[in-house]
Amino acid sequence: MTGAPSAIVARDLSRRFGAFTAVDRVSFEVEQGEIFGYLGANGAGKSTTIRMLIGLLAPTGGAATVAGHDVATAPDAVKASIGYMSQKFSLYLDLPVMENLLFFGAAYGLSGQALRRRAEELLERVDLAGQGGVTTGDLPGGLRQRLALASSLLHRPRLVFLDEPTAGVDPVARRVFWRLIRELAAEGTTVFVTTHYLDEAEYCRRIGLMVDGKLVALDTPEGLKRTWVPDRVLVARGRGLTGAAGALRRAPGVKAVAPFGAALHVRVDAARLDAPAVAAVLAAAGAVAPEVEEAAPSLEDVFLAVVDRATPEVAP
Amino acid sequence: MAPAVPAVEARGLFRRFGAVQALAGLTFQVERGELYGLIGPDGAGKTTAIRAVAGLLDPDQGEARVLGLDPLRDPAVRERLGLMPQQYSLYRDLTVAENLQFFARLSALPRPVFRERAERLLGITRLAPFTARRADQLSGGMYKKLALACALLHQPEVLLLDEPTNGVDPVSRRELWALLHEFVEGGMAVVISTPYMDEAERCHRVGLVHHGRLLLEGAPERLLAAARVEGLPRPTFEELFIREIEGAAA
Ligand SMILES: Nc1ncnc2c1ncn2[C@@H]1O[C@H](COP(=O)(O)OP(=O)(O)OP(=O)(O)O)[C@@H](O)[C@H]1O
Ligand SMILES: Nc1ncnc2c1ncn2[C@@H]1O[C@H](COP(=O)(O)OP(=O)(O)OP(=O)(O)O)[C@@H](O)[C@H]1O
Ligand SMILES: [Mg+2]
Ligand SMILES: [Mg+2]
Repeated sequence: MTGAPSAIVARDLSRRFGAFTAVDRVSFEVEQGEIFGYLGANGAGKSTTIRMLIGLLAPTGGAATVAGHDVATAPDAVKASIGYMSQKFSLYLDLPVMENLLFFGAAYGLSGQALRRRAEELLERVDLAGQGGVTTGDLPGGLRQRLALASSLLHRPRLVFLDEPTAGVDPVARRVFWRLIRELAAEGTTVFVTTHYLDEAEYCRRIGLMVDGKLVALDTPEGLKRTWVPDRVLVARGRGLTGAAGALRRAPGVKAVAPFGAALHVRVDAARLDAPAVAAVLAAAGAVAPEVEEAAPSLEDVFLAVVDRATPEVAP
Repeated sequence: MAPAVPAVEARGLFRRFGAVQALAGLTFQVERGELYGLIGPDGAGKTTAIRAVAGLLDPDQGEARVLGLDPLRDPAVRERLGLMPQQYSLYRDLTVAENLQFFARLSALPRPVFRERAERLLGITRLAPFTARRADQLSGGMYKKLALACALLHQPEVLLLDEPTNGVDPVSRRELWALLHEFVEGGMAVVISTPYMDEAERCHRVGLVHHGRLLLEGAPERLLAAARVEGLPRPTFEELFIREIEGAAA
């Protein structure tokens, strides 16, 4: 351990809305400079947790400190020391790019030449140099998200909360965005991020996984895969897979079958089934020349294993 | 027999907004029973194309047809076409159940049909436990799924979905795709735009839109087979996308 105090400490953090518990006694610590991923199905409680951690929403139970400040008693100190990109785009679409940055900078108490210089520097940083005069609403989605990231960094926070920063962003632009996130972390900024793109979660040092308000897993990507997908994962490709998936699901030794793009991921008990055996089941059920091979488990396999454990199998 | 009319036709669509040429000769065709994906970088023109097909936008040049009809001028298109726009809106102060009822009334669904479909969609979207919750108290992804459920209540002959699964979790995305496949097997034509390459791979055909026209079109497995280089590992669909877009920019 480095001995540096944790950037975030949550202890039994909870939030109820009337009789409904959205976040249920969640405890974790996030170290300085780490990229911490927070995953879960829709409604699991990710945004509600973030809103408590940034001092926007009071917890109804438990406690949390962020950058050394208590979120319940010092929400303003918390707000001043963090950057936040909300799930909903919050910049003014009808304002030019630079005006948006100046407006949000002023809200953080910045002004004059220092603010303008900082805004220029950030535009360069997120590859938007020279676009200060463009109307924000005319930017394509990926660039808007980069602008929102820039606006959250104006006051040089040591800790940023990014709530689904790449939702709806195209694959090329998502890579650019994640390069920026990793650069920030490499400079020592702590990043707390949510996403439904599980390939992105591979960039996180550690990941917390929420189900129905509870934190059910917290580990490195590798650790999560070892714990939650200890089985053999096979990838099946070919025609007629959808029709054959039902039969495969009922075969002894098969734990789960889920579509991944045009392919199927099949989790099997390694002692009972291998690739040729699965290919045979698929062929017998009508798939045309199925190709089956072993694959490394992905975080999406982990997500399906964790989130779907208590719910019916997903149809292909 | 006369040849069947395609479900959707876009013929040489052009549309300019100020200095931006949003559509630059976009042409594609979708048959009944086909699931067609529009993919492409942010700002490529996917939404503009969908709006033109829906009759919400008058192209500068070219024309769109839905089931052989002109969506801009023929009121008969309205009942046969469904649309979930990228910027959709619900009644934020109505509950989940009330929003569904409202949309059912708009498309004049008979009560028993509504009840059956709503129940199914609430199950698939996992919103069933939350029917009494106001829309503005839903999570981002739940709100999106409610909008999608409202759009799917009315099962039209042609369905246009503009990035319907942004913010939707991986479990629900799979369930929604199973439903879309069921719809097209029943003969519906679906045009969907998506930034998810795993979803693109599940379309019958995709069109890769770039600067307002098609850069590439075909069945995903064919496109992948054509992109495969002897001796190298099979490319993923995302790698194919990135290669095409970066190649076009160079
Ligand atoms: N003001 C509120 N009143 C009642 N329920 C609420 C309120 N705000 C949030 N909730 C509920 O709390 C739960 C958690 O919502 P939250 O936004 O944290 O989910 P999430 O994990 O961020 O989901 P998503 O992936 O869809 O963004 C949901 O069931 C939501 O409807
Ligand atoms: N009403 C409008 N006024 C001005 N410009 C517009 C308008 N609608 C679209 N554009 C511009 O036309 C281009 C194509 O936009 P469109 O929304 O069709 O792209 P898209 O492929 O749907 O992108 P995304 O993936 O971000 O949704 C963009 O440069 C956009 O800014
Ligand atoms: Mg959320
Ligand atoms: Mg669009």
